[in-house]
Amino acid sequence: MTQYLLSVHMVEGQPEPSADEMAQMFKDVDLVNEEIKAAGAWVFAGGLHPATTATTVRVRDGEVVTTDGPFAETKEQLGGFWIIKVDDLDAALAWAAKATRACRAPVEVRPFQDDV
Amino acid sequence: MTACDVAEVGRIFRAEYGRAVASLVRHLGDIDLAEEAIQEAFAVAVQKWPETGLPPSPAGWIITTGRNRAVDWLRREASREHRHNQALLVYPGGDATHADPAQVTVEEVSPVPDDRLRLIFTCCHPALAPTAQVALTLRLLGGLETTEIARAFVVPEATMAQRIVRAKAKIKAARIPYRVPDEAELPDRLPPVLAVLYLVFNEGYAASSGAALVREDLCAEAIRMARVLADLMPDEPEVLGLLALLLLAESRRAARVGADGALVPLADQDRTRWDRQLIEQGQNLVRACLRRNRPGPYQIQAAINAVHADAGTAADTDWRQILALYDQLLAVAPTPVVALNRAVAVAELDGPGPALALVDGLDLPAYYPYHATRADLLRRLGRGSEAVRAYDAAIALTGNESERMFLQRRRDAVDRVPGMGDTSS
Repeated sequence: MTQYLLSVHMVEGQPEPSADEMAQMFKDVDLVNEEIKAAGAWVFAGGLHPATTATTVRVRDGEVVTTDGPFAETKEQLGGFWIIKVDDLDAALAWAAKATRACRAPVEVRPFQDDV
Repeated sequence: MTACDVAEVGRIFRAEYGRAVASLVRHLGDIDLAEEAIQEAFAVAVQKWPETGLPPSPAGWIITTGRNRAVDWLRREASREHRHNQALLVYPGGDATHADPAQVTVEEVSPVPDDRLRLIFTCCHPALAPTAQVALTLRLLGGLETTEIARAFVVPEATMAQRIVRAKAKIKAARIPYRVPDEAELPDRLPPVLAVLYLVFNEGYAASSGAALVREDLCAEAIRMARVLADLMPDEPEVLGLLALLLLAESRRAARVGADGALVPLADQDRTRWDRQLIEQGQNLVRACLRRNRPGPYQIQAAINAVHADAGTAADTDWRQILALYDQLLAVAPTPVVALNRAVAVAELDGPGPALALVDGLDLPAYYPYHATRADLLRRLGRGSEAVRAYDAAIALTGNESERMFLQRRRDAVDRVPGMGDTSS
């Protein structure tokens, strides 16, 4: 079994979907979550607040510096993620296909370094 | 034992490398290790076979020798536990003893006929970039050296090497599975495999540039792999269609280039130089496809080529049937390139005027055949200065010397006709 990160990439500054669309999206994501759990592939998942709530911490000249905002200054930001545990990439891609439909945003699939 | 020289070992290497690597990948679960072991086995064969003669099953000998090597390497590293487990995997019973390579048949050591099929589906996995799919397929199934692949695609060797290393690393890290997709997945998974083989063939057939020898190798390699695929997936009509298409295109190779190296268009080719044997194989496959009645783009293109192959002279060509096939092709693959080729058939039936109207409605500014086709239609309509400009656009876009020579000659001929060329333009 391999663990994969399924990260959801949101483009910031896009027009907000309507309340109805949002509700449907949450419902669809919940369904996918239930399905992943039922299949025994669930490790962890979560949605994130917008990148405007992010704080970046790094070492500069030996000192820890804390700055407001996300690390990457791009419009595309991490909006949420799943961590799943499946046999191979095909299985991970099949979940990603369901995930991207449910959350209406591109999903990137990356393997974790250590097998479990 | 049969006599054997180094050239014979080379021939066997080309023919059996893919099967041997595929078999070991299944046992070892590691592409690099499988390749290393098979290369080592061939290195031993080059030493041994010229003295001892060919073993009864050269492929069986190579796979067994490679496997024995891999067992040795893994044992030496067996202090690391997972490596030890891998060593046991080689012989699923857990008894990692050496088999005698002279005593086995390929069926005994490689009982799963699908190994090469697994490997080609792994190489052409949609999670890999198309350029990586092509490189990996040629490397792992064709046994081509990285230098050869780099030369064929006119890419620096370091770039090609990095492409292959990265793709292999992704297969390993992301766990791209080593299996044949099931029936439900095939509609998504088979097209990239066919596209890779078609691309390899085309790069050899109408190379955008590169050395001639390497190019012919690519055609032969694509046909060899398409034959393997057709053997392993005899119920997939598009697989047979692709093989038929490649064979029919290959049948015209000798007639495609004149003594001076310039491209000879289909209408002007010496049809006695077409390879009748390849045509017969291709046409038999096309007929077999028709009986299944599950048409697809490769089958239809093969059928178009089969109609051309039927015509004893260019004038005998059944353009009506060809146009009907292009209509069918356009319905399943509605691309501007197909529409352009269809317009060529329209020109034969309805004249260059209606064909030009169709071509002018297409948006293919960077595709040299678009300009070459326009140039030819304008030439036939007597619109010389426009034809010259279109030939110039086509010449500027092709990197292939044979095509460039042909276009230049046509352009100069138009330019010389009084009242046709407009040299001031």
